[in-house]
Amino acid sequence: MDWLELLWTASFWVATVRIATPLILGTLGELICERAGVLNLGIEGLMTLGAMSGWMAVYQGADLWTGVATAALMGALFGALHGLLTVPLGLSQHVTGIGITLLTTSLSYYTYRLVLPEVSSPPRIEAFTPWAIPGLSSIPVLGEALFTQTPMTYLAFGLVLVVGLVLYRTPLGLAIRTVGENPAAVEAQGISVTGLRIGAVMFGSALMAIAGAFLTMSAFNAFFFNMVNGRGWICIALVVFASWHPGKALLGALLFAAFDAYQLRLQQLVGSAVPYQLFLMMPYLLSILALLLISRKVSAPQALMAPYRKGER
Amino acid sequence: MRLEARSEISWRGALLAPLFAVFVSLILCSGLILWSGASVLEAYRSMLEGSLGSGFSLAETLSRATPLIFTGLAAALAFRARFWNIGAEGQLYAGAIGVTLLGTGDYQISSTMMPLVLLGISTFAGALWLFAPAVLKLRFQVDEVVTTLLLNFVMLLLVSLLLEGPLKDPMGLGWPQAAPVVPDAELPKLVPGFRAHAGLLIALALVLITWTVQTRTTWGFEMRAVGLNPEAARFAGMPVERVLLTTALCSGAIAGLAGYSEVAGLKGNLTLDLSPGFGYSGIVVAMLAQLHPLGVVASAFFVATIFVGADAMSRAVGVPNYIADVVVATSLLCMLVAVLQIRYRIHWRG
Repeated sequence: MDWLELLWTASFWVATVRIATPLILGTLGELICERAGVLNLGIEGLMTLGAMSGWMAVYQGADLWTGVATAALMGALFGALHGLLTVPLGLSQHVTGIGITLLTTSLSYYTYRLVLPEVSSPPRIEAFTPWAIPGLSSIPVLGEALFTQTPMTYLAFGLVLVVGLVLYRTPLGLAIRTVGENPAAVEAQGISVTGLRIGAVMFGSALMAIAGAFLTMSAFNAFFFNMVNGRGWICIALVVFASWHPGKALLGALLFAAFDAYQLRLQQLVGSAVPYQLFLMMPYLLSILALLLISRKVSAPQALMAPYRKGER
Repeated sequence: MRLEARSEISWRGALLAPLFAVFVSLILCSGLILWSGASVLEAYRSMLEGSLGSGFSLAETLSRATPLIFTGLAAALAFRARFWNIGAEGQLYAGAIGVTLLGTGDYQISSTMMPLVLLGISTFAGALWLFAPAVLKLRFQVDEVVTTLLLNFVMLLLVSLLLEGPLKDPMGLGWPQAAPVVPDAELPKLVPGFRAHAGLLIALALVLITWTVQTRTTWGFEMRAVGLNPEAARFAGMPVERVLLTTALCSGAIAGLAGYSEVAGLKGNLTLDLSPGFGYSGIVVAMLAQLHPLGVVASAFFVATIFVGADAMSRAVGVPNYIADVVVATSLLCMLVAVLQIRYRIHWRG
């Protein structure tokens, strides 16, 4: 098989959609936070927390959807902390976000080690299995890629649709978009800037945690240290790449995942002729390149990273 | 709730804030210790004893504080100018690669020149690793937080590539590690038999230099002005871009020195686990110090105490040593709130 033929195999596209899922969820979560005017650098840690807590709930005997809900709840909880520190207290969103990442990552590792003090190989759980959607999944290549995934992937696609509709077609969405551009205008409507922003950060953080839970509950079936491995930071780049639009975020995540799936296969094709680390660097370098390419056209929400204080201009 | 800026910041408040933050963080984390079933007092006692209780443990703590002073200073310098360099971890490894290239005997360098050459190459390598993010930020407005963070992952893969390829120690029994530095390149121990080494003296000298530059020179003044208000600085005729670029490169260079100090002073060679996240902990060190160079020394010592103490605590009472990272992260968040208390008066109503 040569390097071009790879692109026409169904397994390549199935892998693309699978790799894209946590990126879609994480990017969507970050997008909601930033649309409301709050940068959430807690994403890397919140994904780790979601991966650990969702897995742990199932490991302790809960069913899979309870695991997802646990992850979402933990994400929302620490999202509330980030919201509290950055919105009413107006602390630096950069430093607070890094703090949230450090805190949630270390809490996850601490909890994992406390519950499982001596395990040599990480225990596995019975994770989500692929659901083939009857009819649609038998369409060659495309149908197979999109419709033989695990339920969490369908959840991610559904959420893109829901978030897109809410953001652009409802009064709530209008309020969220406005609070990221001009918080004073929202205040003038009698809506609480603080409440709206904290709510958006909590919801976004819950999505980030679900993105992490996908890794332990749909992809690897176990929890490893450092398993998020920069995916959160890549999501931050993807939000910029998508110009803060949910639809473009979906496309960006799929495009990115396609590159990732492709380099994994190319790696096997060329064997040891090229060091494998060069391939593994590609996703990170690609993210930087994407930021550079889009940089001239970037229009971030006007009030992103600007704390709102009543009466101050 | 409303925040009112205080007209002046009291010295007492500025000194009390980190103590308050650490105290609150230790109280919060005692919940986690209780959860593990250990006695809180016993745990904190073993932590204190394990980090400061003997000459040996004190030396261990000082050796752990050394890289944290470098990375903390790197963060403090850059953050002061509002350049968010989160990539000290990568820059540390860049410095360590530089030291490995020139310090492991491939080149004949006289014993007097060796330390200078290694100082030069590690600062150069550290600055070089931050050069691309700095240029992307200044020329194309690409957010430096994301690029510096992503480059940390690229650097770890680069180190892994080098350790399995060109820099692999032929005598290393197949382990992915670089050859040890030659004796001329080693930094001497401060007291024979103890792990604290001359890297600490370099770190302290650098702190004094940074402090002097920040308070006594035009360049230091410009750095702070650019951080406080870039528009005003530009209006006052300051070369904002150039100041940001030089500040960023200095920050990267200082982080690169951490790599030199770790390889030449402590570990002896470059490995993939050279830094257990010193770059990230450096951010906490800088914030606890309120970005003050002298404060960096104290907060690096504190963070090192927690890390060394947590290892002892883990051995003594069985609390997982990840508790150290939790304490440090909680201290950071408490510190942010404490600093807010000093800078602003909080009115809960109205």
